[in-house]
Amino acid sequence: MQKKRINTPMTQETVKALKAGDQVLISGTVYTGRDAAHLRMIKALENDEALPFDVEGQVIYYVGPTPAKPGEVIGSCGPTTSYRMDDLTVPLLKKGLRGMIGKGERNQTVIDGMKKFGAIYFAAIGGAGALIANSVKSSEIVAYEELGPEAVRKLEVIDFPVIVVIDSEGKNLYETEREQYATK
Amino acid sequence: MRTIDVSVIKESIKHMCIDANYNIGADIQAAFHKSLETETSPIGKSILVDLLENARIAGEKQVPICQDTGMVVVFAEVGQDVHLVGGDVKMAIDQGIREGYEEGYLRKSVVADPLNRVNTKDNTPGIVYFDIVPGDQVKLKVALKGFGSENMSKTKMLKPSDGIKGVEAFVLETVSLAGPNPCPPIVVGVGVGGTIEKAALLAKQALLRSVDDESTLPHIKALEKTLLEQINQLGIGPQGLGGKTTALGVNVEVFPTHIAGLPVAVNINCHASRHMEVIL
Repeated sequence: MQKKRINTPMTQETVKALKAGDQVLISGTVYTGRDAAHLRMIKALENDEALPFDVEGQVIYYVGPTPAKPGEVIGSCGPTTSYRMDDLTVPLLKKGLRGMIGKGERNQTVIDGMKKFGAIYFAAIGGAGALIANSVKSSEIVAYEELGPEAVRKLEVIDFPVIVVIDSEGKNLYETEREQYATK
Repeated sequence: MRTIDVSVIKESIKHMCIDANYNIGADIQAAFHKSLETETSPIGKSILVDLLENARIAGEKQVPICQDTGMVVVFAEVGQDVHLVGGDVKMAIDQGIREGYEEGYLRKSVVADPLNRVNTKDNTPGIVYFDIVPGDQVKLKVALKGFGSENMSKTKMLKPSDGIKGVEAFVLETVSLAGPNPCPPIVVGVGVGGTIEKAALLAKQALLRSVDDESTLPHIKALEKTLLEQINQLGIGPQGLGGKTTALGVNVEVFPTHIAGLPVAVNINCHASRHMEVIL
């Protein structure tokens, strides 16, 4: 299958053009954030405080990388499981977040939010952290440094390989593909 | 009486933490190759190829296979004719973890309190189980347990009348509900019998066996085979994107239990199943 190339930040046109099942190579800026960073960002929104970065059009990658070895940009950096961020996602979609990279299911609230505000959920290959690190060209901590592996990092990536699992119409590849292969 | 200095234990723990995180087990690698022959999903096949490539890169560059370098679980079998000297053995094990995770550039994933959640920044403490066994050797087994799969694990107290069908149904339900979350293809450890915590411990110990290992008990060997076949009919596939390769293997451990009970625990491991052992 032909892979689609996209750049971040993502426009609404890009979001609309992506469909569940598309294999995509992402280039541009991607911000990292997982459990603890999401809790802080949602708290910031509740208190009317600024987020550590403007999420409009951006993509958040659910990852806590290993420390970089000397001479490396980043350590191993595969996706973490996304459902833990489900209750902390819609307020970010409301602010214009257009993409999330993780692995595993999302709940209906997130899917409804993606349809309403226009966003894509991508999956990267879980457990392929050494391979994925090759597409990360720079990494810089931009917030919550004290959280260690959970700090928010700004990554510059080239041809970061992902698959569209849930598109902005709510089509879910996990459901459609599993059905095809289930014999039980 | 044989004397072993705990600094030797510390060094072994440290090296196993680094080694197991960088180098995929030969059993898992063989299972990937075997799955490639049977997998029919194009996307599933391409994921298996990527996982082999990931393992090659990790081994070559000596970097972690997965960024979740795990919480360290140690099973220490200490011979009753061994005299441990040179300090507190539990502290030595934690020091081995500390040095391994620092020097190996591994991720520190442990929080000091489950509710306050402040990172200990050295991946300690490890979870350590001591057992006293005959002899004058010390056997150390480590499992570096990632939590994407740990979170999908379950325990249930079945009724004796539920029998083997009940066990099968619970394992299948657990794997089915886990879906794409634990990074399939997975390895499934099942503990049956004992008490609630014994069943969970058996499930963890089942994961320490080689993925292609078979139980020596004929009825349990048959159960392992049936479960693997049934799991791979669920259609979940590599990364949950459809296919025949949902699990690489199922290992079942059993223990005597009470006349009133049939405890079952299912401990799921991701394909980055990292464990090692050493005999001192």
